[in-house]
Amino acid sequence: MKSVLILGATSDIAQAVAKKYAAEGWSLTLAARDTVALEPIAADLKIRADAEVKAVQFDATDFENHAAFYESLSPKPDAVICVFGYMGDQESVRSDFGEVKKTIDVNYTGAVSILNIVANDFEQRESGAIAGISSVAGDRGRQSNYIYGSAKAGFTAYLSGLRNRLAKKGVHVMTVKPGFCRTKMTEKLELPAALTAEPEQVAAAVFSGMKKQRNVVYTLWMWRYIMLIIRHIPEFIFKKMDM
Amino acid sequence: MRKIADWGNYPVIEAEVTGFDSAEQLRTQLEQPGEVIAFGNGRSYGDASLQKNILLTRRFNKFLSFDENTGTLCCQSGVLLSEILDAFVPRGWFLPVTPGTKLITVGGAIAADVHGKNHHVAGSFGQHVLSMEVMRNDGSVIRCSPQEKAEFFRLTIGGMGLSGVILNATFRLKRINTAYIREETVRAENLDEIMDGFELSDNWTYSVAWIDCLAKGDAMGRSILMRGEHCTKGELIKPDRLELPLILKQRLQLDIPVMFPNVALNPLSMKAFNFLYYNKTRPGTHSRIIDYNSFFYPLDAISNWNRIYGKRGFTQYQFVIPKSAGREGMRTILKRITESGLGSFLAVLKLFGEQNSFMSFPMKGYTLALDFPISHRAMQLFTELDAMVADYGGRLYLAKDSRMNAAMFEKTYPNADEFRQAISLLNEGETQFASLQSKRIGIT
Repeated sequence: MKSVLILGATSDIAQAVAKKYAAEGWSLTLAARDTVALEPIAADLKIRADAEVKAVQFDATDFENHAAFYESLSPKPDAVICVFGYMGDQESVRSDFGEVKKTIDVNYTGAVSILNIVANDFEQRESGAIAGISSVAGDRGRQSNYIYGSAKAGFTAYLSGLRNRLAKKGVHVMTVKPGFCRTKMTEKLELPAALTAEPEQVAAAVFSGMKKQRNVVYTLWMWRYIMLIIRHIPEFIFKKMDM
Repeated sequence: MRKIADWGNYPVIEAEVTGFDSAEQLRTQLEQPGEVIAFGNGRSYGDASLQKNILLTRRFNKFLSFDENTGTLCCQSGVLLSEILDAFVPRGWFLPVTPGTKLITVGGAIAADVHGKNHHVAGSFGQHVLSMEVMRNDGSVIRCSPQEKAEFFRLTIGGMGLSGVILNATFRLKRINTAYIREETVRAENLDEIMDGFELSDNWTYSVAWIDCLAKGDAMGRSILMRGEHCTKGELIKPDRLELPLILKQRLQLDIPVMFPNVALNPLSMKAFNFLYYNKTRPGTHSRIIDYNSFFYPLDAISNWNRIYGKRGFTQYQFVIPKSAGREGMRTILKRITESGLGSFLAVLKLFGEQNSFMSFPMKGYTLALDFPISHRAMQLFTELDAMVADYGGRLYLAKDSRMNAAMFEKTYPNADEFRQAISLLNEGETQFASLQSKRIGIT
C-alpha cells in the first residue's frame, strides 16, 4: 500500500486531500501542529474509507526538529503534500514585523526546510512525488497581500527549482495554485462562484495531477489565464491599479 | 456580509455567515445575542435556512462511529448524504430514506424530516434516527432519542432548526447486495391511470411518478410511473457489474456555469420538453437495471441546475392532500395548474404512506411537487392553490416553501400552536433560533 504524508493536515484543503487519498486506497500520515484537532479527522478517515491513518505532530516553524520529525516516520512516504500556509491580516502585516516574519517563516522557510529533507531522501531512493500548495498570489505582487504573495512566490520558485533538480532522478515535483477556494478562511466573503473551487475540487486536482505528473496545476482552468493576463499588465499601468 | 440564498435563488439576502468545526466554536458563536439559524448545504428551496445571522454546518462533517454488524452510523450534522453513500455503498449499505438529491446534510434531512420514494414502506428520515445531540441557544447539549428527552426529540425532527443546532445523529443504514436498482417504468395516459398505478405499486419499495403538468383535457395527468427494487446479484447480467456489484464507475458530471437568461424557460420550451420526455417512454411497462444514482438522483448529475431558472429564481410548490380527498382533490388542483400554463418540466407525484410525527410534512395521501419560475402570476396562482389545498385538509412542505402566509400554516399544521409555544420556551434567552420562514409563518 502506498503512503502519503500530508503536512498541515487540519486545513480544509488538506482534509479534502486526505479524503481523496484515503478513498483511493492510500495509507496516510497526517501531520499538524494541533494534534487535538487531528484526532477527529483521523477517526473520520478510518470510518469513511477504512484507511490506515497515523496522526503526528509537526510544526512548520520548528525548523531544528524537521530532520528528526522526518527521521521518525516509518515507513517513509511515497508522496508528500505540503499544504500548510499562513495568511495574516494585511493591515497588521504592515506595522507588525512579527506577522511579517511569521508569514515568511511558515509559507517559505518552513516549507523549504522540510521539503529539502524530503527531497534528499526521495533523490536517494530515486522515487517519490512532492506536491506543494502555493498560491496565485505569488504570480504577481499586489498591494492587497504582497507579503503573503512574495512568500508564496518564493515557494513557487523553490518548487520549480526542485522539480528541475529531481526530474533526472525520477522524482516528481508539482506546484498547485488553487485560486479562490471555499474554506474557513473565505467563508465570510462573497467570492465569484465561477472562480471559486471547493476544497474537494482542489483535492481531486492534486490527486489527478500527481498521477499524471503535472508540473503546475491551477485548480480551475480560468485561473491560468487570469494570472497570465495579470502578469502581463505593464508595470506602469499595474502600479496605478487597485488590486 | 455576503449574499446568500437557498436552492431556489429566491429570496437572495445579505447575511453575516460563520462556520464552525467543533462544538466549542459553535458554543462561542451562540454567545452572540440575536436571531440565528443553521444552514447546511443550501438545498431547501426558499428561506428556511436564511436569516441575517447564519451558521454554516458544512465544515462540521466528521463520521464518529460505524458498526459493521448493524449498520449503525453516527456522524456530525454537516455530513452530506452523498458522503455516506460514497463511503458505505461499496461496503453494502444504503440510506434508509433518501430524497431526490443526495447533496443535503444529515442535519437538514432531520430538520426538514425529508421523505423519499419509499415513504409508503419506510416513512420519513426522522423515523430512522435512533438518537441525536442538539446544542440549544444557551450552549447546553441535549442528548435525545425516542426514549430519552422524547419531547425535545419530537420537536427537533421536522422542527426546521428552531429547537437548536443538531450536532450529530445516529441512525441505521440498510443492507444492499448491489449498487443497482431494478426499475420498472409504466406509462399512464391520464390521472386515473396513474392513481391506479400507485395503488397497484404498494408492494414495491420505491415508487414515484413524473407528471406532465402542461397536458390538458383527456391527457391531463399523463405521467410516467417509476418503481424500483434494490437489485440482487442474481439479477445483474453485465460481467463488469457482476464482478464488482457495489462499485460504480465515475459518471460524467455536467455543470450549468452561469445563470440562464429568464427567457430560456418559456411555455414553448417547457411544452417541448414535456412532450419529448413523455413520449420517450413507449406505452406499457418496461423493465431495466440502472445504477442507484440514475434512479434516485438524476438531477445531481447536473451541477447548479437551479441556474436554468435565471436570476429571478424559482420555487417548488409541494403539497400533500389526504388520500380520502385524493382523486377528486388532485383533479381539481391539477386542472387549475394546467389551466394556468405556468408549471415547468419538473413535476413529481407520489403516494405517501402513514405518518405520525409532530411537525413533519407527510400524511397518508397524494403529494405533488412542481417547479415554477418566480413571477407575479405564479404567486397569484399559489394563493389560489393554498385555499384549495387547505380545503382538502392538505398542507405545504416547509423545506420547499418561500411564500406561504401564517394563516395557511396555522390552518394546515395541526400542531402549529403547540410547536410555537414549545419553541418560544426554548428560545428564552439572549440568542434565538429563527429563520425568515419561521417569522413569516408566525412560529417565532
